[in-house]
Amino acid sequence: MAKPKLKEHIINREWCKGCGICVHFCPKKVLELDDTDKVVAARPQDCICCKLCELRCPDLAIEVIVERQ
Amino acid sequence: MAIKDYLRERFFPHMWCPGCGHGIVLNNMLRSIEQLGLSKNEIVMVSGIGCSSRISGYVDFHTLHTIHGRALAFATGVKLGLPELNVIVPMGDGDALAIGGNHFIHAARRNIDITAIVMNNRIYGMTGGQFSPLSGIGTMATTAPFRNIDHDFDVAELSKAAGATFVARTTTFHAKQITDIIKQAILHEGFSVVEILTQCPTYFGRKNREGSASNMMELYKKNTTPIGSQAKQENPELIERGILHEVEAPEYCNEYDKIIKAAMKGK
Amino acid sequence: MDPNIKFIQGNEVCVEAALYAGLNFFAGYPITPSTEIAEHLAQKLPEQGGKFIQMEDEIASMAAIIGASLTGKKVMTATSGPGFSLMQEALGYAIMTEIPCVIVNVMRGGPSTGLPTSVGQGDVMQARWGTHGDHGIIALTASNHQDVFSITIDAFNLAETYRTPVILLFDEVVGHMREKLVVPEPGEIPIVERLRTSVKGGVDYHPYLPREDGRLPMSDFGGVHRYNVTGLYHDMWGFPSNNPSVVQGLHRHLNDKITNNVNQISRYKEYYLEDAECILISYGSAARSALHVVQERRPRGEKLGLLELQTLWPFPYQMIKEKCENAKSIAVVELNAGQVLRAVKRAVNDPEKVFLANRIDGVFITPVDIRNMLRFVQGRGA
Repeated sequence: MAKPKLKEHIINREWCKGCGICVHFCPKKVLELDDTDKVVAARPQDCICCKLCELRCPDLAIEVIVERQ
Repeated sequence: MAIKDYLRERFFPHMWCPGCGHGIVLNNMLRSIEQLGLSKNEIVMVSGIGCSSRISGYVDFHTLHTIHGRALAFATGVKLGLPELNVIVPMGDGDALAIGGNHFIHAARRNIDITAIVMNNRIYGMTGGQFSPLSGIGTMATTAPFRNIDHDFDVAELSKAAGATFVARTTTFHAKQITDIIKQAILHEGFSVVEILTQCPTYFGRKNREGSASNMMELYKKNTTPIGSQAKQENPELIERGILHEVEAPEYCNEYDKIIKAAMKGK
Repeated sequence: MDPNIKFIQGNEVCVEAALYAGLNFFAGYPITPSTEIAEHLAQKLPEQGGKFIQMEDEIASMAAIIGASLTGKKVMTATSGPGFSLMQEALGYAIMTEIPCVIVNVMRGGPSTGLPTSVGQGDVMQARWGTHGDHGIIALTASNHQDVFSITIDAFNLAETYRTPVILLFDEVVGHMREKLVVPEPGEIPIVERLRTSVKGGVDYHPYLPREDGRLPMSDFGGVHRYNVTGLYHDMWGFPSNNPSVVQGLHRHLNDKITNNVNQISRYKEYYLEDAECILISYGSAARSALHVVQERRPRGEKLGLLELQTLWPFPYQMIKEKCENAKSIAVVELNAGQVLRAVKRAVNDPEKVFLANRIDGVFITPVDIRNMLRFVQGRGA
């Protein structure tokens, strides 16, 4: 099975409270908090689509969309 | 996100603090329900009072936000009233085990088919950081300013002793395990208890110097181990995760149906 | 013998009537002197396909019936003083969330454990104000088995009509006494069924938006409408709100739906009131002795009448004021220190003419007790 390929991170800036959990646990350091303490995908090219950010987000504010194979 | 279909999105962003583990429980509980393919009309969520109980307002099921500690008693009425419904009862540690302790053990004893989720953050958050029956000795809280001398108890052992037929534990760090365990708990016919260690960075974390939400989750990783692991034998202090107890036993509503059958025949 | 004629305890009459009214779910906890209600329902409910559950305490019993009511059941619990105290918080929840249910309190002597096997009527004010916050409440009572039967059905009907808990304040004497009951044929007494919404699935349903006639159609849990039920102040969808106008609107609604309908809710019986110079006002078992006195004295030409209250809350102030307009004296006969007495004093033009004839020693008040008291009232001395 081919590795999943990232399409995009959908980040709901209204819902994100900037707790930093997704940033802390991202194994590839893809995510960062911006100046307003909202998460952004700073290095999407490094994303391995493990979706741990999505599962651990307490605000249900981040979604990892994968390319259809 | 498929689980958004289960949300009442108009109430978001939710009222929990930044980093609160309760949102992670909500997130993954909805994934369990989605994976089970349950219809929204067949789920009733009953909750009590506290931070945890606000979860019921955010989900698009039949929702019953009741009074402090009594959620399981209300849920018992709902379940026995219409046994075909899936009844899920998320509770905080104080809600479930201090004021609600009696209802908790008796719901377990009846083995009524309800899924009880104890969102254990070891503190009363809504009222601002008082110790709970699960805070444990030596912890700090606004009502234990010197140190807590109240013993805690083990929810899993208590549930087992009281008669729960499915008992499991995990943490917000282990998000996938939350989904997996809640799925099994819902499918289990009988009283299921799922204890989820969930961080309260605002009160428990701050009072007990456990750092940020992420740091508290790191502690869950460090201080827990899968049930039956080698690590537990080497370090008995570790808290076990996974399905701790699962047995089959007559379920209350099924048994009552038999009573009705017998009573109607005898008439 | 006609199977519809029975010689049974008051508690069992309450059971027969509740089943007649459509009761199909009961949760309770044993407590004297109400226990026979639970015992009989444990037997009779499953025989009719209904459900009985013995809970771990009265708090849980009250909670369970509220939960079951939301699944479309007609529900009841039964208790006595200490258990009624425990139910108060959940009772307030049922008021706030407008969930139909019936709570029987077979009154015994209080406060605290008091006199478990003796009669008292000391919970009248608790029925009115036992739970916290302003609210309207319906509390009914009766003095004999035929009335226990009809008033119990009334309780279910009013609970459905106004979407509210209704309290049945019986007492130990009525609960344990045996006398004749004639069970009406099915259909003889009208039954109010649950009013369910006609709004189709997918169309916005407002569980807390009263219709023009004031009623709120319900939707059972498990049905097509998913809504929220909360003890917090809430909007018309049932979601929490602290918007001042929403709060004030709901607060007013919860009070007004009862107080504005006092005439529809009020039930009473009157004996010889037209020309009565002295009126006895009584309720529950005490009214039996009061009636005895009136019926004994009338043939002797004494202008004595009886107003027997069956609705205690909302209190029928206006009705009492009118009935008592021409009376020279009024004696309230009750088994407490004067709980209804106080309400009657507020109702009449001249509170000075209202007296109390009571017993507070756990012993049933007799006609002799009332006659002795009347000597004082009528100025005939001790």
